[in-house]
Amino acid sequence: MEGIIGYGACIPRNRIKVEEIAKVWGADAPSYRKGLLVEEKSVPSPDQDTITMSVEATKNALKRAGINPKDIGAVYIGSESHPYAVKPSGTVLAEAIGATPEVHTSDFEFACKAGTEGMFVALGLVKAGLIKYGLAVGADTSQGAPGDALEYTAAAGAAAYIFGREKIVAEVLETYSYTTDTPDFWRREYQYYPQHGGRFTGDPAYFRHITGAAKGIMEKAGLKPSDLQYVIFHQPNGKFPFRVGEMLGFAKEQIEPGWLVNKLGNTYSGSSPLGLTATLDISKPGDLVLIVSYGSGAGSDAFILKVTERINEVRDLAPKTRELLGKKVKYLEYGTYAKFRHKIRKAE
Amino acid sequence: MREVAVVGVGMNKWGELWEKSLRQIFTEAALLALDDAGVDKIDSLYVGCMSSGLFVGQEHISSLLADYLGQAHVPAARVESACASGGLALRLGWIEVASGLSDIVLVGGVEKMTDVNGNEATYALGTAADQEYECFHGITFPGLYALIARAHMEKYGTTREQLAMVAVKNHANGSLNPLAQYPFKVSVEAVLGSVMVADPLRILDCSPITDGAAALVLCPVELAKKRKKPIVKIIGSGTATDTIALGSRREITWIESTYQAAKRAYAMAGKKPEDIDVVEVHDCFTIAEICVMEALGLVEKGKGGRAVEDGLTSLQGKIPINTSGGLKAKGHPVGATGVAQAIEIVKQLRDDAGPRQVKGARVGLTQNMGGSGGSSVVHIFERG
Amino acid sequence: MPTPSRYWREIPQRYRLEAGRCKNCGFIAFPPRLVCPRCQSRAFETVILADAGKIITYTIVRVPPQPFSDQAPYAVGIVELDDGVRLTGQIVDCEFDELRIGQRVKIEFRKLYQEGEAGVIYYGYKFVPG
Repeated sequence: MEGIIGYGACIPRNRIKVEEIAKVWGADAPSYRKGLLVEEKSVPSPDQDTITMSVEATKNALKRAGINPKDIGAVYIGSESHPYAVKPSGTVLAEAIGATPEVHTSDFEFACKAGTEGMFVALGLVKAGLIKYGLAVGADTSQGAPGDALEYTAAAGAAAYIFGREKIVAEVLETYSYTTDTPDFWRREYQYYPQHGGRFTGDPAYFRHITGAAKGIMEKAGLKPSDLQYVIFHQPNGKFPFRVGEMLGFAKEQIEPGWLVNKLGNTYSGSSPLGLTATLDISKPGDLVLIVSYGSGAGSDAFILKVTERINEVRDLAPKTRELLGKKVKYLEYGTYAKFRHKIRKAE
Repeated sequence: MREVAVVGVGMNKWGELWEKSLRQIFTEAALLALDDAGVDKIDSLYVGCMSSGLFVGQEHISSLLADYLGQAHVPAARVESACASGGLALRLGWIEVASGLSDIVLVGGVEKMTDVNGNEATYALGTAADQEYECFHGITFPGLYALIARAHMEKYGTTREQLAMVAVKNHANGSLNPLAQYPFKVSVEAVLGSVMVADPLRILDCSPITDGAAALVLCPVELAKKRKKPIVKIIGSGTATDTIALGSRREITWIESTYQAAKRAYAMAGKKPEDIDVVEVHDCFTIAEICVMEALGLVEKGKGGRAVEDGLTSLQGKIPINTSGGLKAKGHPVGATGVAQAIEIVKQLRDDAGPRQVKGARVGLTQNMGGSGGSSVVHIFERG
Repeated sequence: MPTPSRYWREIPQRYRLEAGRCKNCGFIAFPPRLVCPRCQSRAFETVILADAGKIITYTIVRVPPQPFSDQAPYAVGIVELDDGVRLTGQIVDCEFDELRIGQRVKIEFRKLYQEGEAGVIYYGYKFVPG
């Protein structure tokens, strides 16, 4: 048996409201709010990046796992905003938590599903008996081009998971991955902002892969939506998770605990992983949880988890995700937001 | 150990000396000192300079300046202890004469700070702090002294106005000093209204960036007696170190290195704080003067601010401090400061300080400090 | 521009707060050193510093040194950790007028600065109220 033995989150405290962004570009804020079902998004401080948030999320995961970091055999950060183009993020995390030098490290990328990719591989190594514990983090400080629709949702956050074979908090019952070559959203080298295919990012991309992975894993596990307590889908905006949930036969109540996007924005590689942390925070022993990520390009990873008794012992050992979401929040106006996100820079 | 006298002093006007290079600035001051001493050959040279390497890319200035002074092949040493470089050079020069090794020693200090821009100057000055555990975190020198100021205000009730009064007093004195960089008065309102640098310290709480040099000539008292000028002897010298990082000190508001250096100097001189008639201290920031007054034992611990407010340390007060204008008004070419402090005391004890004269001054003290108090050098002088 | 070695050498301190505790008198040296300043003993063991403490004093730097030129104004303080060791560092995620001497803070891993657009990124500890 193997599964999650510790989980943790990190959410920056700055926010910007949809109204504030719309004001600058002369857009109609209410229709963005309604259309996206997003009210505000997180903004990283200039001293926060994928690496720093990964470290803080991991510290929370370690508090819940209660293990010696030296026993971690793999450290993976999945992101599409790694601070360096060439130099691993994972090595900084591994040093910061004291897992070095006997550890395997790799940086993962696959648009928004890089986090669950790392989880997939960390779990696999634990399951194969190659390592004792594996750490995987989904983290991003994603960027939306000024004035583009994505600017309203591109946010920052991190979720960390430690996998092992003892003191399991959520057992992994089943895994599944669904991948095709679908260019719905991309960024070429040396380009600062990504581009996307507009409405093409809907049915052929997000919906196709999430339904493909969800149906595939439920068939493999012999389960129906009503057998599961909770489901977390990737959250590019507030509406898509409910629409795909409806398409698959899930109820709103199953989706709500992990639905953070309306107050958080889309944390890209952190999106479904953070939704899972929030779900674990309120779950009970015996609950079955499905998580399906989505990364443009395109693919979805799915996991079915069974929460164990141990959730009651570890849940309060680190800050809960919705607590972090509401903690000492500071609202920025657009100028400060643009400065923080390097959309404007001081002259040299 | 022989008794040592200061037999010549020399200092040029300090400021932004665009036309003059480091070598020129030093040599001019040194020649003034040699002329004042009536000597043309020296046995040894000590020059205090914090960072000629970072400011003008020049090290090895001991040899450079000995050569430019026309003193071929003379033994020379460059001394560094951050902002206490000048004071430490004086101590080493004094040791060489007191020990009998040399008869005529020139002690000078120089800093040429305006050939780099503000950021680079700040960086160079920052090397006096802990590079890896203070500067790495974005602290600056005004920042370090601001940390001290806030702690002092919290612990002893020292006020923002009292800090400003230090600057006001020093500018009042500096306005009487033709060699000062800023020979004009300032008001408390001007200080309190000046731009904030690191809360609570404002730009008028901070000493400036300055080019300048100062030099003096030491010789045994016996030789000095042959000249007709009043004799000024060095009767006490003390120096001490402390942790370089402010956070490593047990008491942030107390300058232990100054206390220890002063204790050693007082003991050697056989003097107590009450015996001192005039003092030059290291007011790199207004709060520094307040803390130093306390560490020197001139006022009770914590009462420095009050003493300034009561006028105890003004030119007309019981213990005039920084009659030269201090670092604040006179300027702070880092390596030269310690030597210039000694020159002001020598002038006071020679009755040669003009409108800044403290009547009947017989015993004077200088306190020169490096970084946030990582090193201190104290000298006591007496008219002999 | 310094080579990365100077920064890299201090990583155990910057990332993990590794200090040295004197086996003889218990003095904790951060960064670790060879000789105990209290008792001159040369035997140390590695310890990790506490991750929370209180503000001893603080200031707001408004005229920053060059590597921090786009960050000002920022708060810097001396914090006494719960194990008695004092660190100097930035205090972030706070409003300046909330800062108080005696306030509780926690350590967080943050970016300190970077060597321009092409140089190394420097990470280390900062303090967050709470």
